[in-house]
Amino acid sequence: MKKLCGFTFLIFLCAAGCLAQEWPSGEWILERVDENIGADNKVSISEMVIHGRRGSRSVKSKSWLQGTEKSFTEYLAPARDKGTKMLKLEDQLWIYTPSTDRTIKISGHMLRQSVMGSDLSYEDFMEDPDLTNLYEAKVIAEETFKERSCWVLELTSKGGDIAYHSRKIWVDKERFVSMKEERFAKSGKLLKTFVVEKIERIQNRWIPTHMIFKDELKSGKGTEFFLESLEMNADIPDAVFTKASLRK
Amino acid sequence: MIIPRLAIKNLMGAGIRTWLNVVVLSLAFVIIIFFQSLYKGMGDQAKEAKIDIEFAGGQYWHEEYDPLDPLTLEDAHGFVPGPLQEKVDKGEAAPILVSQASIYPEGRLQTIILKGIDPKQTIIDLPSKFLVQEGDDVPALIGTRMAKNTGLNQGDMITVRWRDAKGTFDARDFRIVQIMRTTVETVDQGQIWIPLETMRELMGMENEASLVVVAKNTVNIPAVQGWEFKNLEFLLADIDNLIKAKSAGGSIMYVFLLLLAMLAIFNTQVLSIFRRRKEMGTMMALGFTRSKVIQLFTLEGAMHSVLAAIIAAVYGIPFLVWFDKTGFALPQGTDFGFALGEKIFPGYSIGMVVGTVVLVLMVTTVVSFLPTRRIAKLKPTDALRGKMS
Repeated sequence: MKKLCGFTFLIFLCAAGCLAQEWPSGEWILERVDENIGADNKVSISEMVIHGRRGSRSVKSKSWLQGTEKSFTEYLAPARDKGTKMLKLEDQLWIYTPSTDRTIKISGHMLRQSVMGSDLSYEDFMEDPDLTNLYEAKVIAEETFKERSCWVLELTSKGGDIAYHSRKIWVDKERFVSMKEERFAKSGKLLKTFVVEKIERIQNRWIPTHMIFKDELKSGKGTEFFLESLEMNADIPDAVFTKASLRK
Repeated sequence: MIIPRLAIKNLMGAGIRTWLNVVVLSLAFVIIIFFQSLYKGMGDQAKEAKIDIEFAGGQYWHEEYDPLDPLTLEDAHGFVPGPLQEKVDKGEAAPILVSQASIYPEGRLQTIILKGIDPKQTIIDLPSKFLVQEGDDVPALIGTRMAKNTGLNQGDMITVRWRDAKGTFDARDFRIVQIMRTTVETVDQGQIWIPLETMRELMGMENEASLVVVAKNTVNIPAVQGWEFKNLEFLLADIDNLIKAKSAGGSIMYVFLLLLAMLAIFNTQVLSIFRRRKEMGTMMALGFTRSKVIQLFTLEGAMHSVLAAIIAAVYGIPFLVWFDKTGFALPQGTDFGFALGEKIFPGYSIGMVVGTVVLVLMVTTVVSFLPTRRIAKLKPTDALRGKMS
C-alpha cells in the first residue's frame, strides 16, 4: 500500500512538473501585452534625448493619439522647434512650422524617415500598432531580464504591409510589458532594439516611462525616450485631428 | 568705287593708329569665338556623355517615376509592358529598377538610390558587366564620387537597408566589385548599382522596372499605357539651360572687350573728323556731297573690323586649331554641375564664326557712323577755313 501511495505521489509530482513547464501560447501573451498598453485614446507628454556623434539634444513634445490612424503632436522644446506641429491621418502627414507659418503636406514615405535625426521613424513615434493583428507569436524561452522573469516571444509577420518582418520580445510574466525588443529585417539582420529602463504604474497599468531605442546599423548610443505624463482613454475633441488645429 | 579706294588709302595712311585699333578689335574677335566655342564644347561634351552613359535613345518612365523626388521612388515601379519587353528581349532596350535605400558608412546613416540593371545590357556605356553574380555576395557597382563620399573601396562590404514592395524592411551586405570612373554625376553620386534580377527578387518586384532605356537612334517609339516616353530634347533640356546661363555669364567679359575696342574706334573717328576739316571742305569743293563724305568716314571706321577679321584669322585660326586638339584642362575638383571630362574641347560652327564677324562689323559700322553726323551740318566754306559749324 505504501509503495502504491509513493508511486501515485511520484506520478502526481511529475504531472505537476509537466504542467509547470507548459508555457502559455504566444498569442495569449501578446493579447495581454496589447491589453496593457492599448487604449482608444492617449494624451502624453514625452521627451526624446537623441545621442549623436557631436553630443546630445532633447526634444519635448505633447501627443494626442486616437487609435492607430490619427495622431497630433506639438513640439514644446527646444525653443527652435517649439510650436512645430504634426498631424497624421492614416498615411498622410502634415507639418506646420511657426517660423514660416506654413503647413506642408508630406507623402506617406516621409513617415518612414527618422524623426529629427533620432533612431525612431515617424511610424515608430506616432503609431501605436496592435501587435496581435500584425504578428504570429511563439514563445521560445523563459529568461530573466533586469531582474524580471520574462517570456521570450518570437513574432513573425502575418504577411500584411508591415515595417519589420519579425521581432523578438521579452515580456514581463507578471506585468505583461515588453521589456526588450529586437526588430529584424526580412533577411534576419537585426535592425533596431528597444530596451525598457523604467516602468511605472499609471491608471492601473504598467507603462514603460524610460526607454532606449537604437538603430543597430548606426553607431552611437541611440535615442532615449522619457514619458513624463500619460492619460489613457482621454476625452479628445475631434477638432484636434484637423488641419485647422495646426495653426492654432 | 572711289569711296572704298579712298577709305583704304586713308586707313593705311593713318599708320600706327589704325593698326592699334585693328589689333584690339582682332583680339575681341578671337576671344569671342574662343569663349563661345568653349561653352559650345562644354555643352556638346556633356550631352554626348549623358547620351552614352545614361539616356541612349531616350527613356520610358513609369508614370509615377520622378528622379527629382526620391520620396516617391518606392511607388515608381511596374511590370514592363509587352511592347517594351519585346524591345528588351531583342536587346534594343534596358530596364532599370530604382528605389530608395540607406547605407551606414562608418556608422552614419546615408540615404542612397539603389538601381538594378541587367549586367548583360549594351544599351548604355555603364560597366554593368561587373555585376555578374558569381557567389552568394550581391555584387555592387559604384562611381568614384560615391566611393570618395563613403570611403568605400573595391572589395569592401557595405550594409544596405531598404523597404520592399510591401514596405517591409530588409537589409543585406553588398560587395563592391568595381568602382567606375564616369563623367556623368547622375549615375554616380549617391547611387549603388546591383544586378536587376537580384534587385527584383530582394524588392519583391518580379519583372518590374522604373524606367526603360531604349537604344540610340530608335525610330519606333510606341505609346505605352502607364509609361511616358522622354525624348533626348526633354532629357537634355537641363544641360541646354545650364549652358545658356553659363554662356550669358561668360559673355560679360567679351562684351566688355568689345566696348573697349568700340571706344577706341569712336575716339579715332571723332579725332579724324576734327583734324580733317580742311580735307572735308576740299572734297566738298570738288563735288562730294555731304552724304558721300559721311559714307567715306563711316566706311573708314567700318573697315577697321574687316582688317581686324583678317588679322584675327592670321593668328586666331592656328590658335583655335591648336586649342581644338589639346583642349582646355580643367583644374582638379572643378565642378560645373554637369558631365565633363578632365579637359574641355571646344566646339566650333560656321554659324558661330559668321555670327561673330557680322556682329562686330555691324557694331563697328554703327560706332563709326555716329560721330560723322556732324558732317551733315558742315558748310564747305567753313570747312575749308578749318572751322566746324
